[in-house]
Amino acid sequence: MHRYIVSRLLLVIPTLVGAAVLVFILMRLIPGDICLVRLGSGGTSFSAQALAACHAEIGIDRPWLLQFWNFIWDLARGDLGISMWSGKPVVQEIATRFPVSLEVATMATIIAITIAIPLGTISALKQNTWIDLVVRTFSIAGIATPAFWLGILSILFVLDLSQAITGHPWMPSIDYVPIWKDPIRNLSIVMLPAITVGYRYAAVSMRMTRSAMLEVLREDYIRTARAKGLLEKIVINRHALKNALLPVVTVIGIEFAFLIGGLVVTEQVFNLNGIGRLMVLSVQNQDYTMTQALVMLVVTLAVLSNLVVDLFYAWLDPRIRLR
Amino acid sequence: MTDIAPTPAGAAVFTDDTYVAPRGVWSAVKRFVVRQPVGMIGIVIVALFGIAGLTADWIAPYNPTSNDFSAMTEAPSWAHWLGTDQLGRDILSRILFGARTAFIVGLTSAIVGGFSGLVVGVGSAYFGGRIDLFLQRILDIVMAFPLIIMALAVVSIFGTGVQNVIIAITIPLIPRCARVVRSSALAIREIPYVDAARALGYSHSRIILNHMVPNVVAPFLIMLTSFVGQAILAEASLSYLGLGVQEPVAAWGLMLQGGAEEYASTAPWIAIFPGLAIMLTVFGINLFGDALRDVLDPKMRER
Repeated sequence: MHRYIVSRLLLVIPTLVGAAVLVFILMRLIPGDICLVRLGSGGTSFSAQALAACHAEIGIDRPWLLQFWNFIWDLARGDLGISMWSGKPVVQEIATRFPVSLEVATMATIIAITIAIPLGTISALKQNTWIDLVVRTFSIAGIATPAFWLGILSILFVLDLSQAITGHPWMPSIDYVPIWKDPIRNLSIVMLPAITVGYRYAAVSMRMTRSAMLEVLREDYIRTARAKGLLEKIVINRHALKNALLPVVTVIGIEFAFLIGGLVVTEQVFNLNGIGRLMVLSVQNQDYTMTQALVMLVVTLAVLSNLVVDLFYAWLDPRIRLR
Repeated sequence: MTDIAPTPAGAAVFTDDTYVAPRGVWSAVKRFVVRQPVGMIGIVIVALFGIAGLTADWIAPYNPTSNDFSAMTEAPSWAHWLGTDQLGRDILSRILFGARTAFIVGLTSAIVGGFSGLVVGVGSAYFGGRIDLFLQRILDIVMAFPLIIMALAVVSIFGTGVQNVIIAITIPLIPRCARVVRSSALAIREIPYVDAARALGYSHSRIILNHMVPNVVAPFLIMLTSFVGQAILAEASLSYLGLGVQEPVAAWGLMLQGGAEEYASTAPWIAIFPGLAIMLTVFGINLFGDALRDVLDPKMRER
């Protein structure tokens, strides 16, 4: 097992380095110049010296190789640098936006789990009945519905509903407050995005639960459990569900890591100031340091969740380690 | 009953009801219709939108890009079945032309991404060793990389437009297909007939194409179907963010951008219909994909 962990950990390094190379090159291939935008944004004219000074200040006049070395070296020391656009430390910029994305992703996951596991299980147990048909339709629809459209519709619904009840339309506030400071206001901001994202997420996990459950229910040990006269409840909960949930947990874990970086559209619809929109902004502003830091953050999260899943599997199934 | 059915290779074999091996394409279709009614519903939905996209030039009641400032944000009526948007464009016409955009992007991305993934996946499994290790690391990187940055970079470097949207959507599909195909192909590689083919001195390409690819076709086709739906959704999201198809081209995601939110409470039809078109199309594709899986995957068939 130790050898497996070490070899698996070593495989993480090329992925991280590869992602660093990719984002570094991609950003520099994008035409444009952050200094032109920064200097010209006030509408004033500027001299060539000012432009050169700006280039020197943020270090983009240096050769690519040196810039890349600095990026990797700083990264290795845990220094994400200063945002080329705002001049503030990247860590600080990310820290103000990360909580919103993290909270939406976490709540969406909770919603997904509470919907997906019971419905997926019921669907498998009542296979090919009308219940199964309804659940499957619900889940296929969830995969087919664009999250941003659902977001627009839910805003519309809330507006109309509040108009009908109180007489004036209500919209959740835009400024994020942590849940421990003002839980009601926090939930009013986060709830709708979490539901719209959670529905799709639930749909994916529901299908996974159903097919995993169907597979497990055909196993011999389930027949044995039933044959020895166990209560159906115990057979399902203790023998079937426990084994069926393994692939479901995998899907949830991996989706969660991707979710944090993939909330862009939802954040756009609900006007949330999260990581996703920061990514779009930083690419559009040609803020190399910020984009590089964000990409490395998202890639690290994805790689780590994959690693955890792999190690977990290897721990459960010794055959994987020996391959 | 015994009839003669052509096999895909062109030779004829005798078949009867107890013998279920190679059958004609036509009888396979008939069987699908009878056994998978839900899948048929999916096909019908997709076909309707597909035909709408193909024939949009003739069936659309209005020009999808012409503004009519005397008929802005009009509610659905006999003149405009689905109403008009904030620029006075007929929503039904834009949805019909949007179907064309959606299918062009969806099919192209899925086919290019799927086949590239097939080549990489089977190749990786067949050659194994260092080539496999190297290809897998590349796939790891692309899979972990945030899609939005990739899409933004493609669009910023090459410019917006349908073909660049297709590139942005295709790239992330490749590793996902390659992963699934590789794991199926790895299992096949262990079967002795691949060794036998190698012992007979067949070329790599012949073994890959004739002996391995046909055996991974089932998971590949299932994935290809779901890719079409995912690509349509991705195109809608990118267009919604302003990174995809650009005005004045009619695209469903684009129709939801800007005006749809602004006029949501006064003219909800602007937001509702394009989204419904996306949802129905992808829903139809997924229904078909599920049925296809039931047919192609013998393990699922028993259930």
